[in-house]
Parts: sequence; C-alpha cells; structure tokens
Amino acid sequence: MADLTEKQKQEYWRYNVRLTTILLIIWFVVTYIISGVMAGWLNQFSIIGFPLGYYMAAQGSLAIFVIEIAVYALLMNKKDLEYGIIEGD
Amino acid sequence: MSLDKIFGLYTVGFLGITILIGIGEVFFGLPNKWIGWLFMALSLAIYVVIGVVTRTSNPDQYYVAGRSVPAFYNGMATGSDWMSAASFISMAGALSVQGFAGLAYVMGWTGGYLLLAVFLGPYLRQFGAYTIPDFLGARYGGNMARIIGVLGAIACSLMYLIAQVTGVGFIVARFIGIDFNIGVFLGLVGVLFCSVLGGMKSVTWTQVAQYIILIISYLVPVVYMSWTIFSIPIPELTYGQLLQRNNASAIAVTRDPKEKETRALWKKDADEIAAKLKEPGLSEADRTKLTAQRTIAVTQSRAPAASDDAKLGNYLTAPTGTGMWNFLALTFCLMVGTAGLPHILTRYYTTPSVRQARTTCGWALFCIFLLYFTAPAYAAFARFALYARLVGSKITELPAWVNLWKPAGLFEVVDKNGDGIVQWADFVLKSSDFVVLATPEIAGLPFVITGLVMAGGLAAALSTADGLLLTIANAISHDLYYNVIDPRASLVKRLTITKVFLVVTAVVAAYIATYRLSLIVELVAWAFSLAGASFFPALVMGIWWKRTNKWGANIGMLVGLGVTLYYMIGSRFFGLSWFGTTTISSAIFGLPAGFLTIWIVSLLTAPPPKEIQDLVVSVRYPKSGQATKGDPLGRDAKGVFAH
Repeated sequence: MADLTEKQKQEYWRYNVRLTTILLIIWFVVTYIISGVMAGWLNQFSIIGFPLGYYMAAQGSLAIFVIEIAVYALLMNKKDLEYGIIEGD
Repeated sequence: MSLDKIFGLYTVGFLGITILIGIGEVFFGLPNKWIGWLFMALSLAIYVVIGVVTRTSNPDQYYVAGRSVPAFYNGMATGSDWMSAASFISMAGALSVQGFAGLAYVMGWTGGYLLLAVFLGPYLRQFGAYTIPDFLGARYGGNMARIIGVLGAIACSLMYLIAQVTGVGFIVARFIGIDFNIGVFLGLVGVLFCSVLGGMKSVTWTQVAQYIILIISYLVPVVYMSWTIFSIPIPELTYGQLLQRNNASAIAVTRDPKEKETRALWKKDADEIAAKLKEPGLSEADRTKLTAQRTIAVTQSRAPAASDDAKLGNYLTAPTGTGMWNFLALTFCLMVGTAGLPHILTRYYTTPSVRQARTTCGWALFCIFLLYFTAPAYAAFARFALYARLVGSKITELPAWVNLWKPAGLFEVVDKNGDGIVQWADFVLKSSDFVVLATPEIAGLPFVITGLVMAGGLAAALSTADGLLLTIANAISHDLYYNVIDPRASLVKRLTITKVFLVVTAVVAAYIATYRLSLIVELVAWAFSLAGASFFPALVMGIWWKRTNKWGANIGMLVGLGVTLYYMIGSRFFGLSWFGTTTISSAIFGLPAGFLTIWIVSLLTAPPPKEIQDLVVSVRYPKSGQATKGDPLGRDAKGVFAH
C-alpha cells in the first residue's frame, strides 16, 4: 500500500465514484434520451443544416464522449498527483 | 531518434510517395494496376520491416510490449486495433442505406470507450497481468474462471478474425486483380511477420503505422469532395447542406414519370416472382434464387426515402416503437461489447502507468472519433455522387467505373424500361460496401486516391487481425498451456508454443475464410453480444465489488453466455421473439442476467478469501505495490499472488 491513511483512501475513492457517476449519467442521457428516445422530437430543430436529433446521434454524442473521457483522465490524474500516488512514467 | 520524429518522418514519407504516385498517374499515365500493386507492396513492406526491427523474445516485451507504450501511441494502436474492415469499408455504406438506424453503430462503437475508461481500463492496468483470462484466473482464484475466459476469448476473436481475413482477400482481389485465396494468404504473411517475430511489441508499432495510413486514406477522399463542392475542406460541417440537396434529388426521383415507369416494372417483376414462389415442387436451390431476386425487385420498386414537408428525407427520421427499441438495444450491446472485447482490453496492459492508461483511453477514442465522425459525411457524399454522376446518363455511355467495378459484384446498372437513360431505380445495389471503396471513382477522383483507400482498408483489416491473432494465440499458449497444463514450462518453450499457435490460428482462419460463408457478417455482430454478456459483468463486478466470488463469476459468465446464445440462435433460426428484439442485440437479455446471477450467487456462497478482497481494494489506488510487472501468479516477479 502507498502511504495513504484510511481517511485519505475514503476521500479519494469517493471522489472517483462521484466523478464516474456523473460521467455515466451524462453518457446515458446523451445516448439513450437525447440521441434515442427524443431524437424524433428534436429533429424539428435544425443546426448548421442538420436536423438536431440526427446531428446529436451522428456527431454531437461522439464529441461529448471524447470530452468526457478527456475530463476523466485529466481530473483523476490530477487527483493522483494531489495524493502522491503516481508511478514514475 | 525519438518516436515523434520517426513517425513524423514516416507520415511525411507516406504522403510524399502518394503524391509521387499521383504525379506518375496524371503526367506519365501510370496504369491503375501498377498503382494498386505499388500501394500494396509499399504498405506490406512497411509492416514487415517494423516486424523485423522490433523482434523480441523477452516475455514482458512479447506479451505486453514491455509496458512502455506512451499514451498517445497506444491510443493510435488501440484505434487501428479497434477499427476493422467493418468500420473502414462497411460502416459508411450501412449509414448510406439505413439512415438513422445505422447510427447505432457510430454511437455504440464510440460510447463503449467511456465504459472502458471509467469501469475497466485503469484498474486492469493497476492489476497488471498479461491477458484477460489471467485477470479472471487471479481474481476468481482458479482454473475454472480462466478456462471460461479462454473459451470466451477464442470464440469472439476467431469469428472476428475470419471476417478480417475475408476483408483482406476481398480488397486484394479487387484492386490487384489476383485470386481471392491468394490474396488471403498474401495478407496473412504480412500479419504473421509482425506477430511471430515480436509479439505485442511488433504488433503495437505496426498498428501505429497502420493507423496513420488508414486515417489519411479515409479522410482524403471526403475532404477533397467537400473542398471541390463547397470550398470548405471540413466535410463534417458541409454535409448538412449536402443532405438537403440529396433530399431534393430524392424528391425529383420520386416524381419523375420515367422513374415511376421503371419502378412499376420492378413491381411487376416482384409480383411475378412471388407468384412463381407459390408454385409447388420448387427445389430448395430455385427457391433461394427466386427469393433473392424478389428481394432485389421489391427494393428497386420503392422510391428513395424523401419527404416533401420537412427539409430532410425520411431517411434521417428517427425510428419509433419497436424500431426505436432495437436502435437503443443495439447501441447498448455494441457499447458493452466494445468494453468487453479481449483484444482491446489487453492494450491497457501495455501502458507504463495507470495515469497513462487513462490518457490512452482518451487518445484511443479521439483516434477512432476522427473516422467515425466522418463516416456519416462519407455516406452523404457517396449518395450525392451517385445522383450527380450516374442518374440521367446514357446507358451506352456509362462512366468507366461502372465496368471497372462489375467483377466485384457490389452493384449493377440495368436499363429496366429500355429508354437508354439510367434511372435511379436502374441502379441495383447488392452490397453497401461500394460506398467507401468506389466513391472516389464515382466522384471522378484520380485512381491514386482509390489506391490510397485500398491501402487504408488493408491496414484496417490487417491491424485488427494482428491484435486478434495475438489474443487467440496467447489465450491458448499462455492461459491454457502455461497456466493450466504445464505451469513449469520454460520461457523458450512458452514463446515457441505461442509462435506455433500464431501460425496455426492464422492458417485456420484463412482456411475458413476461403469458404466465404455469408454468415460471417452476422458472426461479427454476434461477437459483440457474446463479449458484452460474458466478460463485461464478470470484469466490472470483479473490480467494483470485492464481495464477488468465484461461484458468482463462473456461473454468471455461463448464464450470461447461455441466455445470449439462447436468444441469438432462437431468434435467428427458430422465430423466437422477445419484444421484437433483433438477433444482433441478444446481449440486452444476457447482460442483465449475467449481472444478476453474479450478485445473487455471490451472496449465497462464501465470500472470497481475505487476500483477494484486499487485492480488489488495493487496485483502486495507483502505485499501491501491486503486481504491476510480470506474471500475476508471482512466478516471474514477486507479487501478492503467490498462492
């Protein structure tokens, strides 16, 4: 074990679980609600020539996934640094 | 020389040679066949050279590339490992034909990476093993879990591998004009050169080289078309307007009297064939043939999807009811399948640290995103090229590509109503794969672009084949032989066995591919459901819930697999239907069953030993003294697994 106290461990893990949960909620809403169930309704709006529902499923959702993973990597890597639990890269 | 410099020079060199070949074509009349040969010889030579340069017999290098691949390069390697012949050749075509429903593939095959990033990747890296069955064996203490893992890994990967090998044969046969079977074996030589000599190390660096070729070749044709039509080189921005133009063309086609006439003739054909099918005493072969003919006639008799009121075609309209359910179910199955495929999961073992495992996932998705983000645009440009360059031309003066592509059998142009003019309904589509492969020629781009696309398709198929081949060979030699049958086997013996199985697996896959079974496309879609329903629950529960024990995991994997297989086969062959779900979305039932079984059985049986529970907790914190190097059973390096 690295030199983390029980309290630090709990804090670190709680932070991780919270971040994971938030990202998964966004993932679920973007994929299944916005690009899925609501896509037909959203199609009445238009964005740079695309129907919005189609646009979200074809392009928007993908971009959001990329951003989500980047945010996860950045925040968790920052947290590791804060707690001093990094291996020499 | 640094990695950045090497791959920078490589990219510039590849572009330079492409431009040289282009100059050769335009100014010196280099024949198409030579261009095809040049691209194929060039790319295969690159892969062979990388294989030779990176050869190794150190186990850490051979199995996990020395755990030293920086995140950015690992992301590229994961990208080309992931993007197969299906992504490169077939996806844009499927989008062009299926419209909105096809987007399930785009979202499923990218969204799965989020699951991978937050549920599995970094934790698997922290755990530090060589293969996925390794993890299962160590976490669930025993050979049972390991063997189920081996069987699952072989089943998914082999189906997938056969499809890649078929893709290689198809591409080579089309562009070089040699026999399909010879093409298959030629491609295999390239794959084997990398994997046999240097295992994961060679495969990784070859995949990076292949990613660069495949992404360049996918983007160049669409960017070029976007530039010539809109003067904006970003197809993702411009194709919205193209969709509107396509819709206008579709409306025109629907209303045109000549088109109506052609469609009516197809309708008549369809009715006649339907009447013939009702006659008694038809042989099975005749029946199959007639049914196929009827499907074509029925498709041709329909007007292209378009709508007068909305700006865009019905082809973009989101499905409703059962269609929406299947769209969501398929998206979900592809996502969990993505996060459960062993050849992708193994890539997380090759990063130097947990931090880089997280970053790898980001780069991987970005590399994949570049292609998937463009695929819907590719589909729109292909459709536009057809409307603009084929419909309305004289049947006696057909564009050259029609005849060039005839032997490939992807489409046919007929003159149904005999008026000498090609109508939209005269274009008989047999395989939507034409979209990526033939669009450069349909749009009138020089052949060098087509050669580039060929090299890209080849890179996509070979890179995925590399990863799959290694996964299968390692499952047999490392997990089955070394860990179950003969744990005292020497290093030399283990590596020799791995190499033998690489060759055997490759030959078996090539042999099956030469039969060209039509079932293969379906097998690939099934592989996702199988991986999702068997591996995903056991891996996620194993990492996130320390109470998960061996009985829960083993029975859970079998139940997940069993339910999925039951629905798959039942719905495909015996008319089974739950909520109208399609056979490729079978994991939608198997996955919850798997999770539930693991949970219930684990609670009903004794908790796992204390050291396993401690291990699960310790994996949550990077740098916690885990077996980050070598073999998790503690034979190569001292670790906590010495039980």
